Amino acid sequence: MKTLDIPLFECETGNYHTFCPISCVAWLYQKIEDSFFLVVGTKTCGYFLQNAPGVMIFAEPRYAMAELEEGDISAQLNDQKELERICLRVKSDRNPSVIIWIGTCTTEIIKMDLEGIAPKLEKRIGIPIVVARANGLDYAFTQGEDTVLAAMTHRCPEINPRVLNQQKGDADKLVVVDISPSEKIFDKNIELNRSNLVLFGSLPSSVASQLNLELKRQSISVSGWLPSQKYNELPALGEGVYVCGVNPFLSRTATALMRRRKCQLVGAPFPIGPDGTRAWIEKICSVFNVKPNGLQKRENQIWKLLIDYLGIITGKSVFFMGDNLLEISIARFLIRCGMVVYEIGIPYMDRRYQAAELLLLQQTCKKMKKPMPRIVEKPDNYSQVQRMRELQPDLAITGMAHANPLEARDIDTKWSVEFTFAQIHGSVNARDALELVTRPLRRKDQSVSDCRSLSRQTLHV
Amino acid sequence: MKLAYWMYAGPAHIGTLRVASSFKNVHAIMHAPLGDDYFNVMRSTPERERDFTPVTASVVDRHVLARGSQEKVINNISRKDEEQHPDLIVLTPTCTSSILQEDLQNFVDRASLSSESDVILADVNYYRVNELQAADRTLEQIIRFYLDRARRRSILDRSVTNIPSANIIGIFTLGFHNQHDCRELKRLLGELGIAVNQVIPEGGYLKSLKDLPRAWFNIVPYREVGLMTATFLEKEYGMPYISITPMGLSNTANFITQIGKLVNVWAYALSEQRLNYKLYVDNQTKFVSQAAWFSKSIDCQNLAGKEAAIFGDATHAASMTKILVKEMGIRVSCSGTYCKHDAEWFNEQVQGLCGEIIVTEDHTEVGDTIARIEPSAIFGTQMERHIGKRIDIPCGVISSPVHIQNSPLGYRPFLGYEGTNQIADLIYNSFQLGMEDHSLDVFGGHDTKGISTKSLSADISEIKWTPEAESEPNRIPGFVRGKIKKNTEVFAKQNNIQEITIDAMYAAKEKSSP
Repeated sequence: MKTLDIPLFECETGNYHTFCPISCVAWLYQKIEDSFFLVVGTKTCGYFLQNAPGVMIFAEPRYAMAELEEGDISAQLNDQKELERICLRVKSDRNPSVIIWIGTCTTEIIKMDLEGIAPKLEKRIGIPIVVARANGLDYAFTQGEDTVLAAMTHRCPEINPRVLNQQKGDADKLVVVDISPSEKIFDKNIELNRSNLVLFGSLPSSVASQLNLELKRQSISVSGWLPSQKYNELPALGEGVYVCGVNPFLSRTATALMRRRKCQLVGAPFPIGPDGTRAWIEKICSVFNVKPNGLQKRENQIWKLLIDYLGIITGKSVFFMGDNLLEISIARFLIRCGMVVYEIGIPYMDRRYQAAELLLLQQTCKKMKKPMPRIVEKPDNYSQVQRMRELQPDLAITGMAHANPLEARDIDTKWSVEFTFAQIHGSVNARDALELVTRPLRRKDQSVSDCRSLSRQTLHV
Repeated sequence: MKLAYWMYAGPAHIGTLRVASSFKNVHAIMHAPLGDDYFNVMRSTPERERDFTPVTASVVDRHVLARGSQEKVINNISRKDEEQHPDLIVLTPTCTSSILQEDLQNFVDRASLSSESDVILADVNYYRVNELQAADRTLEQIIRFYLDRARRRSILDRSVTNIPSANIIGIFTLGFHNQHDCRELKRLLGELGIAVNQVIPEGGYLKSLKDLPRAWFNIVPYREVGLMTATFLEKEYGMPYISITPMGLSNTANFITQIGKLVNVWAYALSEQRLNYKLYVDNQTKFVSQAAWFSKSIDCQNLAGKEAAIFGDATHAASMTKILVKEMGIRVSCSGTYCKHDAEWFNEQVQGLCGEIIVTEDHTEVGDTIARIEPSAIFGTQMERHIGKRIDIPCGVISSPVHIQNSPLGYRPFLGYEGTNQIADLIYNSFQLGMEDHSLDVFGGHDTKGISTKSLSADISEIKWTPEAESEPNRIPGFVRGKIKKNTEVFAKQNNIQEITIDAMYAAKEKSSP
């Protein structure tokens, strides 16, 4: 992977608002149907989970807290015994196929050896235990998923080299048998299937199958997803397997796949927006030596379907405060839609993993004749609000902590967390992504726009 | 370690932040890792706050873990001081910082040398107290800090106001209907001829705290927050306080009587006059509040003898129990609270009014109790509302923890005379309406859904029902249907009946009715 030399990176104080990475359990427990997530932490973590991801707690979620008490902190209680007791209860109540322990700040500070205890307990209770350290000391929001998936790569079965060879053999046989020229394309398909492609990143199953279908159109079949719908359906990994990410925040997973499982990473832009989806497919095709078929036509069709939304946002400006690492991809898509991006705040920027995405961002800016936005890593929310007062963007994409106060100051906002929960991947969902972006702009009402600022803090911002 | 899915009261630092951010121009700095500042989201969303929440984090990351915070906390304090010129900065410890055991007091001492703002360290032990206790403590700490200083600087005005006046203590952000209650209390006091000296912490300015002792007495409407401050003021400044919650007719009357006593002590000394509020209470009870008439009206007869379960914080659960039992004639089969630290008081309050008392922080225990009792209505928190949904029992929300829908824009106090009206509506609407009830009784119900098994625990009965018997419960009013079904099954088990026929059903009914 090559790093891109974009001189516009800045780094601020890291005083910004984002969700704690343990929030990933809120969507991962729904994705992996037979899992149970146990967050080993304090009341602070528990209160966050019950308040921020909201009402889901009432739907009998398959996640819970192992709440640490004073005796745990001062090591009066034995960690292993305590965890065993709790996991046995989880086993008898829910009988999951896997228990995922989420390590938190507290387990880091008191150096609770979760990785050491897990294999012992796994044997004793007979359920696999995966340990992910998704804590606020090291990570932000969506990076929580990254730590969980990185931990899961170790649980994926090793690919059987015979399978690869056999596929190859089958294909060879077919080539020999099928001699009619009309079947030639079919042969080629088989040949391509030899290459194993595993996609990583948690997406709703409908979106995953849409992406599968997009690749199928190019006669590339996806051999598996990380994570899978069920724990025991995890894809086989190993040498000769190609992997490609669907989300920009999965750099640890990518590293684990390359270094630990010897997979080959396809570094592509991410399939967000029709432009991103096309670039993503093209990159995968190029790796498998497939000539992409009808992609240009398909992209044009999608853009045509977006025309009403484009009318609303073209020429408008947007400011990303930054909290979920999707910012670069969404900004790139919005620039392609004709928006001006003033600033892309982002918690953490992996320039190698996001290299292709950054390149596409640069190309898009050039193509659309828009200035390259400044990319601010570890932003400082207070300074950002000051900058926003000067720039007066048409739209701020921000966390809930700032959304209402900004609205009261007459800056339209979109709640950034929605982008993590909504379906925005693939060409089909480009409309949904724009639906989110345009919603605050569409609801502009004449009657209240007269009283511009509705804030009460007049002296200070 | 404790397996927990849900908690009624939040962690300690939330309490501190709620108090700090309720005062005007006070900034809180949390010593916490990234993502622990979700208090800002909680305040900005359910409270629909227009302004930036005055809370920032001094982020604890790997570097802090390795080398300690060093200058970081101090820099953050002085930076906030320069940027926003708050009157006070409250350094707030979290679970993380309490394990790190950094000397936060030292940071505070050093930072206060250079900053214009006052700086204090919130004195709460994360692992020993919850949100409500911490809020109580922080409020007392801030008040004590400013009063002690005023006394040292001799700017404290110890003279009482010319006309009777009171402080209202404990109204703050994210409190259940606090804003409305505060307005209602002010109105009530106004009608009694009592001026409101100060409301703290909500909207209070620190520089006026020195005038706090000028009030004749203090009012603590909620038990959870404010009592520590009130006892401090009583001890140090001889200010009496009233801790009766004016919720419901009789409590409100008691509350006013108490006020009358306190006011008359001074009023008599000052002008040799006595105030009598009896007429006022009579008039309000009979005509301004509709609750007394409402519970006497014919409509309310249907409520007599119906069963309810109550759960919430100590203040609201105890008051609601009294209202339902004494003022509406409803049977409270179970009353409970999650304020374990205040269990003694709670027991005392509801003793003799309800069938059983539960004091627990475990929502599954509450859920199972409700499922076992099968009341006609529940009055609880958002959690009980969801329990009610699952077992098909209506629920009125009377206490935190709450949802955005419990921060209504319209005027909905729970306290005072308008509060009694609101509560009467809430209670009445939560039960099945009168005529509807009868129709269900007579015509066998208009719902075609099968019988719901009202059990939270997966207790699948193995007893068979004949088709005729199966359809029989449909003719029973909805709210008792589950109970009859269960009673019948219990009866069948006791008498070794394998299959329940209509006969068996009525036999069971005969047995269970006295």
